[in-house]
Amino acid sequence: MQKIYTIKQLKTIANDIRIDIIKMLAKAGSGHAGGSLGVTDILVALYFGGVLNYDPKRPNWKERDRFVLSNGHVCPALYAVLARAGYFSRAKLATLRKINSDLQGHPDRTSLPGIETSAASLGQGIGVAAGMALAGKLDKADNKVICLTSDGEHQEGSTWEAVNFASHYKLDNLINIVDRNYVQISGCTEEVMHVDPLADKYKAFGWHVMKVDGHNIEQIQRAFLKFDHIHERPIVIIAKTVMGKGVSFMEGDHNWHGKAPNEKQAKMAIHELISKIRNPKH
Amino acid sequence: MIKISDKILNKPEKKSMRDGFGDALLELGRRNPKVVGLCADLTESVKMEAFAKKYPTRYFQCGVAEQNMVAVAAGLALAGKIPFASTFGVFFMRTVDQIRISVCYNQANVKLAASHGGITVGADGATHQALEDLGTMRGLPNMTVVCPADYWQTYKATLAIAAKKGPCYLRFGRGEVPMITSKNTLFQLGKAQILQDGTDVTVVACGIMVYEALKAADALKNKVSVQVINCHTLKPLDKASLLKAARKTKAVVTAEEYQVYNGLGSAVAEVLSQNYLVPIEMVGIHDTFGESGKPEELMKKYHLTANDIVLAIKKVLKRKHECSPNSH
Repeated sequence: MQKIYTIKQLKTIANDIRIDIIKMLAKAGSGHAGGSLGVTDILVALYFGGVLNYDPKRPNWKERDRFVLSNGHVCPALYAVLARAGYFSRAKLATLRKINSDLQGHPDRTSLPGIETSAASLGQGIGVAAGMALAGKLDKADNKVICLTSDGEHQEGSTWEAVNFASHYKLDNLINIVDRNYVQISGCTEEVMHVDPLADKYKAFGWHVMKVDGHNIEQIQRAFLKFDHIHERPIVIIAKTVMGKGVSFMEGDHNWHGKAPNEKQAKMAIHELISKIRNPKH
Repeated sequence: MIKISDKILNKPEKKSMRDGFGDALLELGRRNPKVVGLCADLTESVKMEAFAKKYPTRYFQCGVAEQNMVAVAAGLALAGKIPFASTFGVFFMRTVDQIRISVCYNQANVKLAASHGGITVGADGATHQALEDLGTMRGLPNMTVVCPADYWQTYKATLAIAAKKGPCYLRFGRGEVPMITSKNTLFQLGKAQILQDGTDVTVVACGIMVYEALKAADALKNKVSVQVINCHTLKPLDKASLLKAARKTKAVVTAEEYQVYNGLGSAVAEVLSQNYLVPIEMVGIHDTFGESGKPEELMKKYHLTANDIVLAIKKVLKRKHECSPNSH
């Protein structure tokens, strides 16, 4: 049974996770800071906000909800969350991207408990998630499969093959959260290769569409309570996020997509995040 | 060793390998409720329709979307099913990223059944003739690659890969081909089969070229003692059997319905060049795409006949006698 946290506590946890991410990336010397910080609130809502049904001591528990990270590059956030949730020791976070580490640059399912699929090549994880949801339907299971995708990976055709498949097979036990930060390596998604109108596209593909503020943990939690009455349609939650959220000099900057902070930058970022914990604004 | 009767050489019974797959899948469906089938709009062509009809809740049509089919298969496998995903060998090529990461890197228990392997696909032409798939799959870590020689071997290989844990790629052909083995012939994944023993030269073949190898051996029976090995499993390769054979005959010919680059010939050459050098000749497609035609015509035009193996045997024997790089 998971502990129930207040919103205030969840926000503190999210900040702690962000500090873990910054430390982890600075130590590793490489990695994806922007997206990792951007998805932190979503992951905190899932793992600590009572959304995901899981047991860190039994990562292969058959009845668990599965969280599939499709945009694998934001794994520092997932690693930090899994460590805090008790899947493995937080001491391992310092080994990110180092040789022989369990914390690979992009998730390796076989090396770390809590990782449902080795995802990194965009547009694949969502298909794998659909397969897992399909198995759930076949077994008449109660658990759900929650997938996290980036907006950029909606430029991959295989993503839409999975989207089409999921509605065809009425996978209402599949929820896809889109990290909609409007940013990718080359700049704004709409200038690089337009992704919008994303909600309309999902509607056209037969999904139930919801929109949330990806940094409002309470909103994310409430979204998951809203679809018990949705049947025979998979659900997409388009979460509006800010790349680099929480660190002022990273926010909204696509250059932080694939960069890790150096020691000086990490110090500044952690200082900012700690002051947020000491003086929470809301 | 199996008994190669005159009947097999002269008037063999014929059955398609894809039927072997379809029949085995149906049997697997009966034996194991975890077995599920996936197809990409080619159900009848890959002989999955019997399974689909008998087990409709365990059969998933994926439409013309092979990449997703493979990703979904990986998800099903990770959730405890034993998925058989099938399409033509050529259409698995677009899914190599999914096979590489979601299947192989994940070590997901996915069985890829690639039908219509080789040039004998026939009239559909080059785009539909898989001549580059075996090497691609061979190059992926954690993958098992099997290329059976006839109906019964395909049937048994299908059962064998269901029993083996981990990613498997099974490649079989479209057409009706001679039945070399019987229902009772032993088939072991990863173990090369000596179909016929000999002392002068070893022919290592897979798929339909195994029959051509037997015909070639028969054509030379009074002049050359030919050992014929059916090397159905390209990965993991039965290195021990191949080295034993090379040490015995000191001359090797490989034969496959595949490019001469990157397939069985290359696999055999990798082992021999690193362990026991003997002259090797390779029978296969010489770095070209195929074309439309009748299977027999194509085999002739693209040098995939018993006669081509005979010529290769003669060539390798000449080289064997000209230089012996290994002393006893």
